Amino acid sequence: MDSLTQLLLFLVVLTDFAVLGTSRVSACIRAAAFQGLLLGVLPPVLHASASLHNLALAAGTIAVKAIVLPAFLRWAIREATIRREVEPLIGYLTSLLLGVAGLALAFAVTSVLPSTGASSDLLIPAALVTVIIGLIVLITRTKAVTQVVGYLMLENGIYMFGLTQAERVPWLVEIGVLLDVFVGVFIMGIVVFHINREFDSMSSARLTDLRE
Amino acid sequence: MTLLALILVPAAAALAAWWLSPAARSRLLLVAAAGHAALTALLWSRGSTVTLGGWLAADSLGMVVLTLVTVLFLAVSHYAVGYLAHPEARAGRAFVSCMLAFLAAATLVATSQHLALLWIGMETTTLAVAPLVLDRSDRRSLEAVWKYLVLSSVGVAFALLGVFLLATAQPSAGAGRPLIISDMMAHARKLDAAWLRMAFVFVAVGFGTKMGLAPMHSWKPDTYGQAPGLVAGLMAGALTSCAFLGLSRVSAIAFAAGQDAFVRPVLIVLGVVSLVIATAFIVGQRDVRRLLAYSSVEHMGLLALGIGIGGGAAYGSLLHVLNNGLIKGVTFLAVGNVVLAHGTSASSEVRGLLRTTPATGALLIIGLFAVTGAPPFGLFISEFAIVRGAFAENHPWIGGIVLLLLATIFVGIAAMILEMVYGEPDPAPVRAPRSGERTWFSVAPAALACLVLMLGLYIPAPLAEVLSRAAVLLGGHAP
Repeated sequence: MDSLTQLLLFLVVLTDFAVLGTSRVSACIRAAAFQGLLLGVLPPVLHASASLHNLALAAGTIAVKAIVLPAFLRWAIREATIRREVEPLIGYLTSLLLGVAGLALAFAVTSVLPSTGASSDLLIPAALVTVIIGLIVLITRTKAVTQVVGYLMLENGIYMFGLTQAERVPWLVEIGVLLDVFVGVFIMGIVVFHINREFDSMSSARLTDLRE
Repeated sequence: MTLLALILVPAAAALAAWWLSPAARSRLLLVAAAGHAALTALLWSRGSTVTLGGWLAADSLGMVVLTLVTVLFLAVSHYAVGYLAHPEARAGRAFVSCMLAFLAAATLVATSQHLALLWIGMETTTLAVAPLVLDRSDRRSLEAVWKYLVLSSVGVAFALLGVFLLATAQPSAGAGRPLIISDMMAHARKLDAAWLRMAFVFVAVGFGTKMGLAPMHSWKPDTYGQAPGLVAGLMAGALTSCAFLGLSRVSAIAFAAGQDAFVRPVLIVLGVVSLVIATAFIVGQRDVRRLLAYSSVEHMGLLALGIGIGGGAAYGSLLHVLNNGLIKGVTFLAVGNVVLAHGTSASSEVRGLLRTTPATGALLIIGLFAVTGAPPFGLFISEFAIVRGAFAENHPWIGGIVLLLLATIFVGIAAMILEMVYGEPDPAPVRAPRSGERTWFSVAPAALACLVLMLGLYIPAPLAEVLSRAAVLLGGHAP
């Protein structure tokens, strides 16, 4: 079981970098969807139990993060005919280097903090690097829909960190968090759609009317 | 039971409002707001029992915020009835539903004793407000709602990470139930210091973003500058107070764990930076709604500063939650009237309000003096308590700087408001309010102004007692 957990976590980190390095919006969304799928599989594998709690959580996560939200974002870019490039503020190579720096930072922070008794010592660094790369995507991509993908990754990282405490946080809470993320991305998607119709491009860099 | 009803009544009304006709929606909004206020009054008179196995309870800190939310919401609903009937109103079908969903979520935040449940409520308030700001036909409001959504969502996500870090700080045995606030307070000494500090940093940044503390405030002027007046009033009064509650809950846990030396400087720095930034942008501001947004940054800074200083300032901070929330209702509703009548909030295009719309002009004058902390209004008392606390707790420099900044802010706000109210009216015809609207648009802010005045002259004994108990929770005391 342990090697499977390591493999899953390694794949999560790889999808982080895939989002950083890709130039196509649709590939970003596909990578985020794949990450959602990995996150869904993670709890039963991590805790080596197929309890109802774990299975329900897995099903909910996969439904929301791997199926519904990616499909919704794909609908938004198709309906709003967004150009396919990601349009980063910094180059892809710089993005990847920043991601590597984030990875080093995540391991450094983890080694300083006291142990949590988490079942895999890769879990916390993988969670932190997903948070960091999500933030990098949010900040350095100008397109609103790519920023939504960054937000999803940020939430994915936090969700992974939450898995270290999964036995202690009741599942009502997990459902609530999942629902909030779902509605949040849904509302963002609707705004993205309207931004595009109004501005003829989904670039949030054009959102500069409100300035001091 | 009362606590559950407090959350479920507005939630059910939010669902029902979707299917009703516009006129019935307005009536339902008012009825639900009144029902919520009545239930809160019941809590004050009878006290409450702990509900859902300790997950919901109305403790002193929560009661302060709950009372503010219910009073402000009742006033705003009354105003909303007039607003929704106005031809210039920007309100779709979901408007009333979103307002009521916000009320339910804010109540959940105020009564929640489980930190993760509190987080769920907080995120829901963020999402419920977003459609209220959004106006699809307008580029500027799209830009405003996008900034608000992204910054608030990231902020609240950070707060969630902070909550998980707090759970990590709590040992799994012998430290009470996980993330239940009272248990964490009781066993605070057993919390792991390193995780607790990291948790506090994330919570401070996360809920600080939601409060609009500088330097995480950049969504605030844009959002308040574009949202309808009553929505901005709800956000500046109630939403930010909920975020403050989240921050003070975690601060209280950190104080109980003996982390004062780490927590207090963080809060003080956030507070002072907010005051400085607010002052810099208030002086020379040309849009009255953006001016009020920076004034909100200022007051959030004072709240953080108050709990950072502790002692009597913590009491001042809690009283300031009430004062600030109520006065934000007055000012944003009054400015909402200006925008409805003039179609703009640029101060250069609005003159002579006292002659064109006397009620709104008078409200703005009252709002000006109250919001800048002039006596005899409530904000004078609470700001005085915070500044006096600063001197009493050996922070004379901070006290001095705050006094200087508050004086500058007074000059900045007065310069704009006085010109708008007393200046020579524009000869171009102003859209005259239709008869009957005048009462809808001035009763609620006037009532809120009376409450702010009352809090300056007299604080009812039960309220003073609750405020003192809440101050003790935050490591302070009654003045």
